[in-house]
Amino acid sequence: MADAMMTADAGERAGALSRLFQGGEASTTAGPLTLSEMPVPGQINLRGNPSDAAFAEAVAKVLGCRLPVAANTVEKGGDFSLLWLGPDEWLVLTAPGAEAELSAGLVEALAGQHFAITDVTGNRALFRLSGTPAREVLAKGCSLDLHPSRFATGQCAQTLLARSGIILSQVDDAPSYDILPRRSFAEYTWRWLEDAMAEYR
Amino acid sequence: MLLIECPWCGPRDEIEFAYGGEAHIARPADPSKLSDAEWAEFLFFRSNPKGAHRERWVHAAGCRRWFNVERDTVSYRISRVYTGACEPVGEGQ
Repeated sequence: MADAMMTADAGERAGALSRLFQGGEASTTAGPLTLSEMPVPGQINLRGNPSDAAFAEAVAKVLGCRLPVAANTVEKGGDFSLLWLGPDEWLVLTAPGAEAELSAGLVEALAGQHFAITDVTGNRALFRLSGTPAREVLAKGCSLDLHPSRFATGQCAQTLLARSGIILSQVDDAPSYDILPRRSFAEYTWRWLEDAMAEYR
Repeated sequence: MLLIECPWCGPRDEIEFAYGGEAHIARPADPSKLSDAEWAEFLFFRSNPKGAHRERWVHAAGCRRWFNVERDTVSYRISRVYTGACEPVGEGQ
């Protein structure tokens, strides 16, 4: 089964903003704000029943961290982030290129159980927006309450930014946010963020 | 704009959701036995109440799960949000 899995090709591996940056580093600043495209992470969609102890244990053993069962939370293990997407659905972010081996490891550990593992590397680009006014920038196009009492480091959400779907995750208290737009919306999201950042220049 | 409490993700803006019509409509057990009128009744006719209405919503831009909302069609006030597709919940209609 693992042999037959689709793996990301070189095109998916390349940054999503090559048209804007001609292969150069995709990064921009505005005063205290920095927006950068991060290397496209390996992405694995994992589904299963978290109240099934065997499933939760097998996943924890392979990933080295607990399965986040609280809504909108992230668990970190070794080189992986595990994002809650739904009551039976998670997104595993790996170092670029590590997803095939990890998928195979999960498939092996979960053999005989009821689960689904899909390599979705290339589905989303990864941007990081960092700096004190990052919250205000996002608030221009996102209806989530991003106040630290409601949305803090270690939390994630699938939501809309400027009317396009993203996964948003706060990674530190700077605050820094990881923004994962659909790859085909990466350029749009980037341009929108640049425009939203302009007033802090 | 409604603030809808997704049973999984918590309160989110209405733009993240899509509406799925009236909830708790039982599919006829044997559609081939129905007359055209009865089948049309199942497909197209809804209660359209003035007041409490139980309806289906999906958190399309979030967790993509379906759930039920009890909403007052006059005030738009949401009195209850619950999961479960088909079981009759509450007083019934």
